Amino acid sequence: MGKIRTPYLLLLPGFGFLFTFFILPIINLAQTSTQTPVGGGDTGQYEQTLRFSNYVDAFVENKEQFGRSFVYALIATILALAIAYPLAYAIAFKGGKLKNFMLVLVVAPFFTSFLLRTVAWKQILGEEGFVVPTLRNLGIISQSTTLTSTSFAVVMGMTYNFLPFMTLPLYASIDRIDPRTLEASGDLYANGFTTFRKVTLPLSMPGVVAGTLLTFIPAAGDYVNAAILGSPNTKMIGNVIESRYFKIVDYPTAAALSFTLMAVILILVTVYVRKAGTEELV
Amino acid sequence: MTKESISAKGDLRLTRLTKSYGDFTAVDDLSLVIPEGSFFALLGPSGCGKTTTLRMIAGLEEPTVGSIHLGTTDITTTKPYQRPINTVFQNYALFPHLTIFENIAFGLRRRGIKDVDAAVSKVLDLVELPHLAQRKPTQLSGGQQQRIALARAIVNRPALLLLDEPLGALDLKLRRQMQIELKWIQKEVGLTFVHVTHDQEEAMTMADTIAVMNEGQIEQMGSPADLYDNPKTAFVANFLGQSNLIKGTISGNDGDSHIVDLFGQKISLQKNRSHANDQFIYAGIRPEKFRISRLGTPTSGNILTGGHIEDVSYIGVSTQYQVEMPWGQELMVFEQNDDGVAPFSKGEEVNISWEPIFTFGLRGDEDATAGSEVNPEELDEE
Repeated sequence: MGKIRTPYLLLLPGFGFLFTFFILPIINLAQTSTQTPVGGGDTGQYEQTLRFSNYVDAFVENKEQFGRSFVYALIATILALAIAYPLAYAIAFKGGKLKNFMLVLVVAPFFTSFLLRTVAWKQILGEEGFVVPTLRNLGIISQSTTLTSTSFAVVMGMTYNFLPFMTLPLYASIDRIDPRTLEASGDLYANGFTTFRKVTLPLSMPGVVAGTLLTFIPAAGDYVNAAILGSPNTKMIGNVIESRYFKIVDYPTAAALSFTLMAVILILVTVYVRKAGTEELV
Repeated sequence: MTKESISAKGDLRLTRLTKSYGDFTAVDDLSLVIPEGSFFALLGPSGCGKTTTLRMIAGLEEPTVGSIHLGTTDITTTKPYQRPINTVFQNYALFPHLTIFENIAFGLRRRGIKDVDAAVSKVLDLVELPHLAQRKPTQLSGGQQQRIALARAIVNRPALLLLDEPLGALDLKLRRQMQIELKWIQKEVGLTFVHVTHDQEEAMTMADTIAVMNEGQIEQMGSPADLYDNPKTAFVANFLGQSNLIKGTISGNDGDSHIVDLFGQKISLQKNRSHANDQFIYAGIRPEKFRISRLGTPTSGNILTGGHIEDVSYIGVSTQYQVEMPWGQELMVFEQNDDGVAPFSKGEEVNISWEPIFTFGLRGDEDATAGSEVNPEELDEE
């Protein structure tokens, strides 16, 4: 009897926590999303009227920001993958004794706050930073071009902030690859590029999938980068939800947008994981 | 995209091959010819340079000095994927994300061979695992993985097949079975096999020619029988089987033989089996060549008197004795239990005799224990 109960007892703290801080708020959010303002009531007073067209209204009104969120998140994810893959590969295969030290460096940004680092980017890319004058002097950008308050800055900020989330799972799965399988590939007439395409990349797919998900999902819902590094023209859906909730006090629209975002991400992720076929991998 | 793989054939020739890592010389000025179609073994203890030699042949390491030729083609700096050479790796290194079929087809596909299906099923039949084609490597037992690794290499019909401790991960019984199968497959496909191992029994079972390596150099090369019956160095005498090495001096000649004085007792040694370069010598005799007899029993050949049985171990087919000689040395004797005579017992006074042709002579300044402290069963390469 005791043996059967033990696993459930072990589940209890986690379940209790998630129930209180995840399930209950979600239910609450779901209820809010179909509410309408109380006729003649104060700002922020809503009653349940099961108005499902809140969803349609919210989406139609903000489809531009939705689209932008997913485009930015996608670009940031691809950039992060392009930067993190060689980095993780180098640490895993060429790191030697410095492997652990290099991994510490990868997570080192977490020692300071996310917000602070994003503000620092604002300064680096600002007029007083060294990047803009240098690029102007080299003639890469025109004298009037600025980098802050652009979509470029927002995407760069997201790429930077989510890079460790891409690097760590990639490292974990590349590090597990037996270097002898790569030697075997070379022995079996595959050159370096073919070996990468046919052996290294497929064997690191679990890391690619995990890393892209860990980057894309938070990036799609992010509002800090767009708020600090962007302009009204680079607003993402996270910024809309934030302002609806805290500034306009339009709880139902904010809730409906949150659910829509969640649903879209869920659908995209399901399709992606199916396509990537991780269950086929070891 | 890349250069096509070269199509060289013929004997493999290693010329003055050296590989150094900083101050450490793994392979030291090694020259060797491996004839086309032979089953060749590089045998030696862990760290003797045999795996490094193999990796240089495969192209996975570049020699510091020296050259490698396949037939008349110099392949010293040819990339691994351009060499007509395939390897069976120590832990198989099968591709875990591919099916067994795709693992075997890998090399064929890279070279753009047309009829992949037929070639793969043929080689799967050869290793007797056609039913496993659609499995993944992790679903196979060690022995099955070993065969697939072999199939993945020989399906390409390379000019040279390299085997790096291919049976090291298998248990003893399976290893013995695979040794016989490997030998059979080599005859069947007619490829040149170069086999690296630290297991002398494995090398002797399979190879036509064995090169015994020690400290980056070849100690001796020859057929298994050659090496066993007429070792040139103490290392070979001890590493390949066991030997009794008795210190002595050459005191005279008798036709084709030397007369050797072993602590006052005279024995005979054929001159062509002596590798000593002065009168100081180690007389070597394999333990199973000795016969033990009670005092007073007539004996012939070389005789050493004054021994007494120090230890007896009965192991079924044979009995092993430790016989202490008057000069304090304990000699090892293996007697077949085929004469209906009860084993000798501890403490008995005995004489030891053997046929003079079984004596071999080693240089007197050698370390008589070289190669004997290594227990191949316990060591793992690298």
